[in-house]
Amino acid sequence: MKMLKQIKGQYILNWRKIATSICIGLSLTTASVYAGVGAPEKAELKFGFIKLTDMAPLAIAYEKGYFEDEGLYVTLEAQANWKVLLDRVIDGELDGAHMLAGQPLGATIGFGTQANIITAFSMDLNGNAITVSNNIWAQMKKYVPEKDGKPIHPIKADYLKPVVDKYKAEGRPFKMGMVFPVSTHNYELRYWLAAGGINPGFYAPLKGDTSGTLKADVLLSVTPPPQMPSTMEAGTIFGYCVGEPWNQQAVFKGIGVPVITDDEIWKNNPEKVFGVSKAWADKYPNTHIHVIMALIRAAKWLDEDNNKNRPAAVKILAESQYVGADYKVIANSMTGTFEYEKGDKRKIPDFNVFFRYNATYPYYSDAVWYLTQMRRWGQIPVRKSDKWYMDIAKKVYRPDIYAIAAKALIAEGKMKASDFPNFATETGYRKPQTHFIDGITYDGRKPNAYLKKFKIGLKGNDKI
Amino acid sequence: MNTRVLSAIEGFNMTRAFSTLQKYQDINWSKIPGIIFSKLGIPAIAIIIFLLVWGGIASRIHTSLGQLPGPIQVWGQVISLVAEHKAERAKEAAFFVRQEVRNAKTLAANPDAKVKIRPYTGKKTFFDQILTSIITVMTGFIFASLIAIPVGIMCGLSTTIYAALNPLIQTFKPVSPLAWLPIVTIIVSAVYVSNDPMFEKSFVTSAITVMLCCMWPTMINTTVGVSSIDKDLINVSRVLRLGWFTHIIKIVLPSSIPMMFAGLRVSLGIGWMVLIAAEMLAQNPGLGKFVWDEFQNGSSNSLARIMVAVFTIGIIGFLLDLLMLMLQRAVSWDKNAQLR
Repeated sequence: MKMLKQIKGQYILNWRKIATSICIGLSLTTASVYAGVGAPEKAELKFGFIKLTDMAPLAIAYEKGYFEDEGLYVTLEAQANWKVLLDRVIDGELDGAHMLAGQPLGATIGFGTQANIITAFSMDLNGNAITVSNNIWAQMKKYVPEKDGKPIHPIKADYLKPVVDKYKAEGRPFKMGMVFPVSTHNYELRYWLAAGGINPGFYAPLKGDTSGTLKADVLLSVTPPPQMPSTMEAGTIFGYCVGEPWNQQAVFKGIGVPVITDDEIWKNNPEKVFGVSKAWADKYPNTHIHVIMALIRAAKWLDEDNNKNRPAAVKILAESQYVGADYKVIANSMTGTFEYEKGDKRKIPDFNVFFRYNATYPYYSDAVWYLTQMRRWGQIPVRKSDKWYMDIAKKVYRPDIYAIAAKALIAEGKMKASDFPNFATETGYRKPQTHFIDGITYDGRKPNAYLKKFKIGLKGNDKI
Repeated sequence: MNTRVLSAIEGFNMTRAFSTLQKYQDINWSKIPGIIFSKLGIPAIAIIIFLLVWGGIASRIHTSLGQLPGPIQVWGQVISLVAEHKAERAKEAAFFVRQEVRNAKTLAANPDAKVKIRPYTGKKTFFDQILTSIITVMTGFIFASLIAIPVGIMCGLSTTIYAALNPLIQTFKPVSPLAWLPIVTIIVSAVYVSNDPMFEKSFVTSAITVMLCCMWPTMINTTVGVSSIDKDLINVSRVLRLGWFTHIIKIVLPSSIPMMFAGLRVSLGIGWMVLIAAEMLAQNPGLGKFVWDEFQNGSSNSLARIMVAVFTIGIIGFLLDLLMLMLQRAVSWDKNAQLR
């Protein structure tokens, strides 16, 4: 700890210095390889990831040589689970990692491991789905409205409710899996269940309860993504919410049926981010900017020309050191289709979005949404002011660093200004968003008012 | 001449099950084909039967990852692992060429710039992983032996020390590597802190876990070996009034060496088994991690690849054991002792 503080003290003024030096750098035309941004302080880096298709920007930045273009020599390393990944970023074994959007926020507010993690790059939108086992699907299918013999999408949790009620009446626990307490999947699964009138349970960290199952109709537990299908096959959980390829894997193995994709729960929801520790970012500011530059280029490549590069990307992801699942399993979702029940393949072009709709820009409003859900389910146990939500968002999400990287890319001629939000006017708050499955509108500037709109969930001064 | 022929045949042998044959001093040439058959033919037939049974059973078992792979699919993965290894080496060469070009450019722009060639950042191939595993197990094993042998000698020489340490040894001996690992991991990450570490933490963790699990057989065997020295030898030492150091070097060590090496052999075997589990959890880039990664990948090739790893682990374990056996023979003073 002492060492960390020293480092912080030493580098506390660096950001301002660097910002000015970059402005100077940009105003001069330099012949340097690193147009504007100084050479990276640290060239040999190790980044962690979890075997999910949304780690693609990292794999592409490596394989396409974008990291090397920035003078970075990056090693990518798969991690066992999200906790190991976060711990290794905190203790410095990893320079940065593919993280759940909630992880930097959860760490900063001290839910779970306390540490200052920041993010200047949002890795993708959407990309998750909720899958139930064949047995549960058979039970809920009779409630699902059909058209031409196929279920009408989106399938709401209303149709799962009778099944859950039946289990409850029989005194049997209804168990589902998600990947981490602060994961997108946890909040999405909870949102979907609650929208259908099923209570997913509350956390009560003040009382020492971090299981998140108080008053729950459905018991949610943590399972690492790659083990989801086998855990469901073993009957330990009846369904799960996870990223790809683990939903399509269930279809291929014939053990489960994906019922809903997360863009139907919240259209174009922010999903993963690239997180680094604040101490690291303060120590290696130029390195950080170069990393973001490489990742922005990789994200653009992934979405370029109407997803034309996606098959090539899938081929890379199928290699054993990245995601490693079969080509056709990964290709299903990455190339814009999604298979629900075996044979029920539908087009979802925006299932995985890496660059369009400003997917890579770290919006404050996205951070606030995650914080509202943490409050809703009790991970934030007491009422916080609207200002508190915005302050935390500002502390963790760093569009300022993103803007420096984007401007450097524009100056180098690798990107156009039109590829990015207008940095002069962008506030970091999206316009009030609709397109949630329960029809509730979200305005990032009014988190407390937003929480009041939910039937199930903590709001105001509620406590568990 | 005669013994030489025999020992050449001996060299082919996989076990010494038929070592009684050694006793033939006069060679009976008509028996040579029989010897060859029994030493090469029988194992070969056994292997063929094994492959057939495996192939037959595998085709009947359907898993969620498809059919259980038989010998042919597994061999296919051996070939593809070799191909991947070659492809990765080609990528590595290209990586260094790109680096040199980039460094040359940097130097042209700024002659004072400091450039250096960075190590390859790509993935470890299967063969790199085998090497990592062997290095890790050897490191753990050597450190374990450096602790176990002196402690064992002390326990063997002094009943007081033995009485003091025996409960501890017996308590720690049966502890599974999976129980040690979390403790080791946390201690290593707390204690092993440096900005430019010479070894990866995962390597240190795995090696220490191996060490903790594999030092006990050596320790116990050394103790037994030392404490059961022939009374006559000890009396000789007393009569000659040897100093304690000379006593250990001249009397204790030579007479306890067969037992000690028997312990070392068991230790190395345990170490190798423990290593795979340790690597899986510590994510040390060896064979254990390979198995874990393939399990996580869950692709249609994963099972066959894991089986390749299983055979590799087995064969290397076997070779390590042979190595120890050869060492044991070389250092044992009783050349007539039966070792298998």
